[in-house]
Amino acid sequence: MKITQLKASAAIAGILLPLAWSGTVWAQDAVNLRMTIWSANEAHLAMFNEIAEGFKATHPNVTVSFEPLPFDSYTTTLTTQIAGGNPPDLAWILETTAADFVNSGALAPLTDAFKATEGYDIADVSEQATALWTKDGQLYAYPFSTSPFAIFVNNDVIKAAGAKTPAELIAEGAWTWDNAFATAATVGQSGKTGLVLRDFKYQVWQNMASIWNGWGASPWSPDGKTCTFTDPAMIDAMTAIHKAIFVDKAMPGPGEDIDFFAGETGMTITQISRASLLPKENPFDWDLVPLPAGPVGNYAVVGQAGVGAFAASPNAATAVEFLAYMTNPENSQKLAQFFPPARASLLNAETLASTNPLLSAEQIDNVVIDGISTGTVLPGHTNFAQIQQTVRSSLDSLWVADADIPAVLQSVCDSVGPLLAR
Amino acid sequence: MTIAAGTPRRKRPFWTIERRDAAAGYLFIAPQLIGIVTFVLFPLGLVFYYSLHEWNVLANTFNFVGAANYQMLLADKALPQVLLSSAIFSAGLVILNMSLALLLAVLLDQKLKGITVFRTLFFSPVVVSLVAWTIVWSFLLQNNGGINGLLQLIGVEGPNWLRTPATAMISVVVVQVFKNVGLNMILFLAALQGVPKELYEAARVDGAGRFKQFRRITLPLISPTILLTSIITIVGSLQVFAQIAVLTQGGPGMTTTVLVYYLYQQAFQFHFFGYGSTLSILLFVIVALLTFVQWQMRKRIVFYEN
Repeated sequence: MKITQLKASAAIAGILLPLAWSGTVWAQDAVNLRMTIWSANEAHLAMFNEIAEGFKATHPNVTVSFEPLPFDSYTTTLTTQIAGGNPPDLAWILETTAADFVNSGALAPLTDAFKATEGYDIADVSEQATALWTKDGQLYAYPFSTSPFAIFVNNDVIKAAGAKTPAELIAEGAWTWDNAFATAATVGQSGKTGLVLRDFKYQVWQNMASIWNGWGASPWSPDGKTCTFTDPAMIDAMTAIHKAIFVDKAMPGPGEDIDFFAGETGMTITQISRASLLPKENPFDWDLVPLPAGPVGNYAVVGQAGVGAFAASPNAATAVEFLAYMTNPENSQKLAQFFPPARASLLNAETLASTNPLLSAEQIDNVVIDGISTGTVLPGHTNFAQIQQTVRSSLDSLWVADADIPAVLQSVCDSVGPLLAR
Repeated sequence: MTIAAGTPRRKRPFWTIERRDAAAGYLFIAPQLIGIVTFVLFPLGLVFYYSLHEWNVLANTFNFVGAANYQMLLADKALPQVLLSSAIFSAGLVILNMSLALLLAVLLDQKLKGITVFRTLFFSPVVVSLVAWTIVWSFLLQNNGGINGLLQLIGVEGPNWLRTPATAMISVVVVQVFKNVGLNMILFLAALQGVPKELYEAARVDGAGRFKQFRRITLPLISPTILLTSIITIVGSLQVFAQIAVLTQGGPGMTTTVLVYYLYQQAFQFHFFGYGSTLSILLFVIVALLTFVQWQMRKRIVFYEN
C-alpha cells in the first residue's frame, strides 16, 4: 500500500471511528420500548403514557410507546409483526391465546424480576388470576385486567315493554336465566331488542361461556383433550340459547348488528370495563347486574388480559423492568380505574369505588368483587385460533330456526376433536 | 509486420454497434426486470423455500421438513371444499361479470346524448376503494339491512343473505361483479368501437338480423378482447380476499372459504406459515395452468388467430 493511501485510510478511520463509537454509546443509552395494545381509548393511552413518564424518573434513557392495534385482528397483527422480524418489546395478550404465548417460550419469565423489585409484593397478586399465565411456577405475562362479565340493563326500554326489570327480579330472588330470557323476550316482541351478547356476532362463540357456564357446560374437558360440546349440559344450554334467539326473539338473530349503548336494547352481556361506553348525552336509566343464576346456581365468568415481554427482544431486560414498574402496587391502583386488578389489596369496595366513579358500591360488590373472586376465565387452548375457527365453522349450521341441535354439536366435536387431542 | 497488419480484427473495439444496441436494450428493460426479480421472482422463490419448512413464529423455530407440507396438502380434508368454493366463486364471477360487461358495452355503444354519463356511472365502482365498497355492501346485506328493508316494503321477506350458504356465495359474487364489471365493460366498449361499420352494412344487405350480426360479426371480431378479459377475470377471481374477509369470513361453514382466504387463515391466523406457503404454491400452479390452457385455446376461439 502506498504511503498516501495509508494516510488517507488513517484519516478516514480517524473521522469515522469516533463517530461509530459515539453511535454505539448512544445506542446503548437510549432504549425505545414498544408495547402493542388493543385499546385506542384516549383515557387509556393517557394513563399508560403517564406511567411511562414515571418510569423515566429512574430510567431517563427509556421511552415507551404504545401502539394500538384493532381488537378484531389483534393477535393476527401481532404474530405478523413477529413473523416479519419486527416484534414489539411488550404486548397485551388475550386470555384465549394465553396458552399459545405462555407455552411457546416467546415470553420472558417475570417472577424472579418481580420478586427482586423493591416494594412489588408479588404475594398480593392473586394466584387465581395468574394461573392462566404461569408455567412451571414462572409467571410469563401479568394479568393486568380481570374483568367479569355482567349484564348492563336499560330500564327505560324494559319498563316501556312492560317487562320485569332485573333489579325487580333480583329483589324477588328470581334472577334466573329463565326469567332473564322472559324479560328479553317481552322486549324483543315489543319491537326493540331484548338481550345482546356483545361481540359474539355468531363468530366469537367463546363469549357464550357467559351463558352456558350457568348450565355447567364447557367446550372441552379440563385437560383440554376431549370435546364436551355433546355433553347433556351443553345441549341443554345451547337449546335454551337457540330457543331465546329463534322462538322467543329474546336475542337478535345472526346478521343483525345491534349496539346496546345506542339505547334501543333491553340488556347486554359484556365486561364491566364497557361502562365507559354509556352515553353521556341523553342518558338512559341504566343498571349493572351480575349474570343470572343458571340450572347450576350462581356463577361468574371473567375475561382476562395479560401483558408480557418478548424474550427475543434486545431490550428484554429493560422491558421486564418496565413491566415490574407498570404493575407495582402504586401503578396497579392507576390501572384499576379501567382494568379490574389482580391484587387482593385493591379488590375492595373502597379502592374500586374511588377508581370507578360510574359504579355504585352495590354494583362493585355484587358484580366486580364477587365476579373476580368466583369467576372462571373464558375458555382458551393452545392453537386456539384454529380451534376457534373450526368450531365457528361447524356451529354455523346451528344458527337457523330448524337446526338439529344435538346433531350440530356432534359435528362440532367430530371436527374439533382431532385438534384437541393433538 | 505483415501478420499484424493482416489481423485488424483483433483490434476491433469491445463496444461494437451490436453490443451497444444490446446493452441499451438491457438498460431499457432493466427497471422492469429488477422490479420483477425483486418483487415477484424473489418472493416466489422464498414462498417455495418456506413451503419446505415448518415455521413456528411464536417459538421462533424454523425447521426443514421436506415434503411434509405437501403431504399435508394431499391429506387436508378441508381442501376439497375450499377448492370447490373457489371454483364456484370463479365460475359465477366470470360468467356473470363477462356477460354483464358485454351487455352493458353493447347498450352503451351508441351515439346518444349523455351516454358518457352512463359510461362514467358504470365505471365508477372500479375506482372506489375495495374495502370501503365491501363494507357498504355488508351493511346493505345484513339481515336487518337495506336490501331486506327494501324487500319488506314490497312485502317480501328477504333471506339472511350472508348467513345462508347459497345466498352468501351469490352475495359475494354479485358484490365483486358490481365492483369490477366497469373495467371489462370499457375494454369491450373499446373493442366494439373497433369493429368496422361496413361489415354490418354488408350483413344487413345480405339480410342478416341483429342477433346474427352480433353472433357472426361482433363476437368473432372482439374475441381477442374476450380472451383477455376472461384471463384477467379468472386470475382476479382466484385472488379474491378482501370481500370474503369483510362479508363472510369464509362462512357460513366453509361455503365461502376460497383458496386465498384459506391460506390467509392457515398462515396468519393459525400461524402455519409453512403450510400457508404450500397453499400459495398450489394457487400459483392453478393460476399458471388455467392461464396456459386459455392461451392454448386462443387458436380455437379467437378469430384473428386462425
